[in-house]
Amino acid sequence: MTGPPDDCLARNEWICGEYLSTRRQILLDAVLQHLQLTGISVLIGLVLAVPLAVLARRWRWSAAPVLAVTTILYTIPSLAMFSLLLPVYGLSASLVVAGLVLYSLTLLVRNILAGLRAVPEETRQAARGMGYGPIRLLLTVELPLAVPAAMAGLRVATVSAVSLVTVGAIVGFGGLGNLIYSGMNTYFKAQVLTASVLCVVIAVVADVLLLGIQRLLTPWTRAARS
Amino acid sequence: MTTLTDAWHWLTDPAHWPGDDGIGHRLVQHLVLTVVCLAVSCLIALPVALVLGHLGKGGALAVNISNAGRAIPTFAVLVLLLLTPVGNWGEGPTVLALVLFAVPPLLTNAYVGMREVDRDVVRAARGMGMTGRQMLFRVELPLALPMIMNGVRIAAVQLVATATIAALAGGGGLGRIITAGFNLASTPQVVAGAILVAAFALIVEAIFETAERLAPHWARSAR
Repeated sequence: MTGPPDDCLARNEWICGEYLSTRRQILLDAVLQHLQLTGISVLIGLVLAVPLAVLARRWRWSAAPVLAVTTILYTIPSLAMFSLLLPVYGLSASLVVAGLVLYSLTLLVRNILAGLRAVPEETRQAARGMGYGPIRLLLTVELPLAVPAAMAGLRVATVSAVSLVTVGAIVGFGGLGNLIYSGMNTYFKAQVLTASVLCVVIAVVADVLLLGIQRLLTPWTRAARS
Repeated sequence: MTTLTDAWHWLTDPAHWPGDDGIGHRLVQHLVLTVVCLAVSCLIALPVALVLGHLGKGGALAVNISNAGRAIPTFAVLVLLLLTPVGNWGEGPTVLALVLFAVPPLLTNAYVGMREVDRDVVRAARGMGMTGRQMLFRVELPLALPMIMNGVRIAAVQLVATATIAALAGGGGLGRIITAGFNLASTPQVVAGAILVAAFALIVEAIFETAERLAPHWARSAR
């Protein structure tokens, strides 16, 4: 008769190498789900936010209601948001994605609109004087100049989405949140700590990546500084 | 639409209001948690931010702390605290997590508000012979008030949201109605709880909005 193994799993320690090696597949799956949920939601949010911001810019009267609605959406706590969408989507990944899209939308619309508004009037007039039509003006002058503000919003939206995905554990689609949730119920310290740390790592890596993309997209801001 | 009607019936059913698990008790819990934690966070964050802002030191820390806070999942912190010895103090983990998440926006906004006070005005105050303390309380603080209040507003809304998530980790508050609904697989209860939480958050936001409208002209943010 052998006693229970005396490793860090049995002692329920916070930091446990054994956990990493034996649960690698579970961790990998959770990270993958986390990335998918975050990526899809932020992308959908971006696709919806750009036209909304452009419309709000074009027709001034629509800016106030668009901003008001997105602010109200942002005020609703995440757990309540997921719950309110429950009758529409049921217990599914789309539920979590829909909730996250609504949050990213708020941040993105606000930032893109701010970026579009910050385009100097002289720049716009110069483009018009060179014979640019409204569409060409929007695509080749206004939107590129709004990129820094939009990217700032995108970074905040992505980082927030990474951390909000964990709340999706309530419906079983929370990426690393699932591991935190089940770890809480079984007092599994190594699992909770590992999943939490991975969450923060994903957020930081995503933020740095987006910052890099912003640098690549806006070479003129670097030239101006040096 | 039937779900909404069912949720409405759940909300208006008098049997769901009294008792420890009743809506009334959960509302009070949520309110007390939010108010207590807001007071504690203000007591911690505002003096530090005002002094740092007055001295013009520690800016990078005060500004970045709020960005870092966003990357850390509330839910993860709650569970981590629950598994530490703090978890045995009843509402301890909830209160600690709530304060932890309310402090960064308070700190950042108050600090930035203090630094954005027109330097010429501060110099003029010094020229009039004001001491450091007089400058802080009579010049910088009143001028920074809109930004500081904006931070308090963000913190309050954040507290309402975090108090909801606390229910996932066994804390009290309105979130418990939602988690109980999920455990019972009762969609009307989940939706009813969500409506309560959303209404609570929006009311808090509206209170601050109204307070700003009613405030004297100089205390409003320049919009």
